[in-house]
Amino acid sequence: MPFSKAEVLQGTLDLLVLKTLDSMGPMHGFGIALRIQQVSEDLLQLNQGTLYPALLRLEQRGWIASKWGVSENNRKAKFYSLTRAGRKRLVEEAESWDRMSAMINRMLRAT
Amino acid sequence: MLELLRTFVQRLAALFRRRQLEGDLDEELRSHLEMAVELNMRKGMSAADARSEALRSFGGVERAKEMYRDQRGLPMLETAWQDLRFGFRMLRRSPGFSVLAILCLTLGIGANAAVFSWVEGILLRPYPLVSHQERLVALAGTAGEERDETSWPDLLDVQRSCTLCETLFVSNITSATLSVGERAQVITGSIASANYFDATGVRPILGRGFEPGEDTGRNAHPVVVISHHLWQTRFKGDPETIGKTQRFNNVVHTIIGVAPEGFYGTFVGRGIEFWVPASMLEVFYTGNDKLEDRGARWAEAYVRLKPGVTRDQAQQEISAIAARLEAEYPATNRGRGIKVWSLWQTPFNHAGELLPIFEIMVVVVMFVLLIVCANVGNLLLVRAFARRHEMTVRLAIGAGRSRLFRQLVTEGLLLSACGAAGGMLLAYWCRHSLALLFPVRGGNAMYLPGEIDWRVLAASAGVCVITTLLLGLIPALQAGKIDLAGALKSDSAGIVGGSGRAWVRSSLVVLQVTLSFILLVGATLLMQSLRKIRTTSPGFSTTRVFDTSVSLAAAGYDAARARTFQDELIQRVRALPGVEAAAYARVVPLGYQSFSSAPIAMDGYEPQPNEQPTAEYNEVSPDYFAAMGIPFISGRDFTRADDEKAPRAAIVNQTMVTRYWRGQDPVGRRLQVKGSWVQVVGVVKDSKYYNMDEAPRPFFYVPLRQYFAIEPDIHIRTTLPLQTVQTALIRELRALDPDLALYEMITLQEQVDRSTSQQLVAVSLVALFGGLALLLAGIGLYGVMSYTVSQSTRELGLRMALGAGASNVLRLVLSRGLLLTTIGTISGIVLALLLTRLLGGLLYHISPRDPLAFVSALVVITIASFAACFLPAWRATQVDPARALRD
Repeated sequence: MPFSKAEVLQGTLDLLVLKTLDSMGPMHGFGIALRIQQVSEDLLQLNQGTLYPALLRLEQRGWIASKWGVSENNRKAKFYSLTRAGRKRLVEEAESWDRMSAMINRMLRAT
Repeated sequence: MLELLRTFVQRLAALFRRRQLEGDLDEELRSHLEMAVELNMRKGMSAADARSEALRSFGGVERAKEMYRDQRGLPMLETAWQDLRFGFRMLRRSPGFSVLAILCLTLGIGANAAVFSWVEGILLRPYPLVSHQERLVALAGTAGEERDETSWPDLLDVQRSCTLCETLFVSNITSATLSVGERAQVITGSIASANYFDATGVRPILGRGFEPGEDTGRNAHPVVVISHHLWQTRFKGDPETIGKTQRFNNVVHTIIGVAPEGFYGTFVGRGIEFWVPASMLEVFYTGNDKLEDRGARWAEAYVRLKPGVTRDQAQQEISAIAARLEAEYPATNRGRGIKVWSLWQTPFNHAGELLPIFEIMVVVVMFVLLIVCANVGNLLLVRAFARRHEMTVRLAIGAGRSRLFRQLVTEGLLLSACGAAGGMLLAYWCRHSLALLFPVRGGNAMYLPGEIDWRVLAASAGVCVITTLLLGLIPALQAGKIDLAGALKSDSAGIVGGSGRAWVRSSLVVLQVTLSFILLVGATLLMQSLRKIRTTSPGFSTTRVFDTSVSLAAAGYDAARARTFQDELIQRVRALPGVEAAAYARVVPLGYQSFSSAPIAMDGYEPQPNEQPTAEYNEVSPDYFAAMGIPFISGRDFTRADDEKAPRAAIVNQTMVTRYWRGQDPVGRRLQVKGSWVQVVGVVKDSKYYNMDEAPRPFFYVPLRQYFAIEPDIHIRTTLPLQTVQTALIRELRALDPDLALYEMITLQEQVDRSTSQQLVAVSLVALFGGLALLLAGIGLYGVMSYTVSQSTRELGLRMALGAGASNVLRLVLSRGLLLTTIGTISGIVLALLLTRLLGGLLYHISPRDPLAFVSALVVITIASFAACFLPAWRATQVDPARALRD
């Protein structure tokens, strides 16, 4: 069952973007959207447009950086890459996500 | 935290590169979509399918852009900026409205700011450069219920024992004659304790302040610190001025320091030009050495309290000290206390006399501001009605009511900000103008500077914000009421029973009429009071008596020379043609100069245990009563025989006779003045001594010969014009001694007028603002009536078509306008009955509910509202019924 769009929490999207850039290196917005959909095996039906305000927010906070470049098929595109602060943030976010999900799992298993 | 700051800075920066960023965004999204289309086509979709699939998974390009923009910039700021630009365009589109509204607001806010700046600069922080004025309080003595000065030894004791006081310094106003040319000029100075400059925190820019101990020893330290102004004008800013000498009242003083620019001493109302230590008291206050005398009360002092100490706490401690002194020195201190006053109530300078004026002014300018708000609000309403279509359209296409409200408030803010800017300019120009309302005495104008500091700016900004809210609220009240369907239908108000909108406008007019009525009543009351006070007889003749004085002290005359000179001069003056009488007196009544005061005792009068009878007296020459026109009741005038060798004599006034001799003629009985007995030789009628509204007080006169003063005033009774007498007098002076100069010569009526200048100032200010208020209210009434008429042409046309004549229509419109005035006047009467009591202290022998004042205000308001309503009413009669019905 796919997640409905509303369930993609803002913080979650941030985490997904950071993680994507961490594992894939610099990417443009379309690539990031594609990658998130692939990895989630199309369970996450993302409105691709909502990605851009999120990217801007991450950039404003200094976690990612952007610069214009040329895509694999010779198209001008804006490439995003993870900064050092972003990498640190990713580690923190991932840890807190782990703790959170572990806690929720424990709650669900306890009868 | 750092990230938030970073975000904010980037968002702020984005505001200024919007065009470029917008291009970037377009390009980024376009490349996104193109890549998506390309990918879909590679999957085998047709071009059209590929495009629509790409758009579908993108999910709304415009919406994404909007979200992006909100994230990129500062949306609050951007809408505010939008509102502001829109507001500007609206103002530019109707320049007539904007100019009128901004002018009104300039007047309203400017009047408030000017009064704030006066209150700040004259009452709250009156002494520029003096440190920690917020902790300064004034000390004055009390004798029973009455205020008195304090004595130097008492103050020293307070200084020694007061634990809550950080510092205490004495500063008394005095004067000296400076330039001796054709005219003598008097400059204002201060007699100060040695710690004066340390305590005030004012450092002389040249030389030094006083040193400890310079305020002790009789006449021991003839040193002076001069003001920057005096240094510049008289010494041409010479850096070598220190060490030079200056003669003050015939005593050579060494200049030891120059005060910094902008320091005017510590006396509200006067700029001080020089400071001498208290040891030189005798030179400036003639009489015996008062410094060591606990019974000699002359000193005026300020105390800086320690931080956190309240005035009440200080009062408690100082009262305890005063009580101890009373027990220790019963001979001099019985029944005496010391009172602590706030700076703005200081009784011994002009602060106390200005306070009631300012209290009234604050209320009055608030009224004016309210009237202005009502007026501009009315203008806005009319315009809002013209804009109802715009508002309806905005609402219909989905603007929130809060967004609409914000737009209206922004427009109000724009208006009031322009008004505030103009108002501050107005206040800046007016900050020194208060002094202009007061008379110039002997060439010395009052020094009443307004101060525009951050507090005044903050208060004015507050006024501006309140104004904005009021202005925004009025049309918003209406915007909230817009009903989408209804507003599209034609909306025509009637004269009889208008719509809800008309109700708001009418109440604004009623408010204006109410407020201006109150101001008119106030102005009329003050005018009546002034007329009464100026026409009341002071107990002496005013029109044909001139007063002046000769600069004997400044020219270095000693007592013996002065005596001879005075005799010669008075004989020459009496010999002048047209002079009926001429005489000397040490003090001219109703001036600033104090009369001498002495403890007295009377044969056959037993004082109460707690009573120490004192009375003031004047030193006068023979013929004084004839010159002044004060009638004798019994006994005789002083004669030339009442000189140093003769037994001491006194003439008493009626009040003294009633109070101390049970009304029996005291001629031939004895009066004890300062411990020595004098013979009562005459009784004269009471007159006014210090001010026109004082109660009758015991007073007596002694011969100038027996109580000598070097520089008495000359009173000349004559039928000649002032100029002639003055020229003749200068000629006589020249003949006697070419070095002598004449002080200002005035009639005693001028003296009376000057002493009532406080009332004159109050009248001028209240009348000015009352007139302004009336004008504004008139404009408001006119505006509403014109508008009502223009909106109800259809109704008027119908009435006329049905047979109403011009006079019926005229009466209809007039009665509508006068109804508003009547309601406003009635509420005005009610409020004025409650409020005019505020004037109490300024009203002389007139009730704050004086019917005449109310009736005159009523007449003025009625005439004004007739005038305001007549033109619209006349225009109503010109309505062409046929056309009105067709349109």
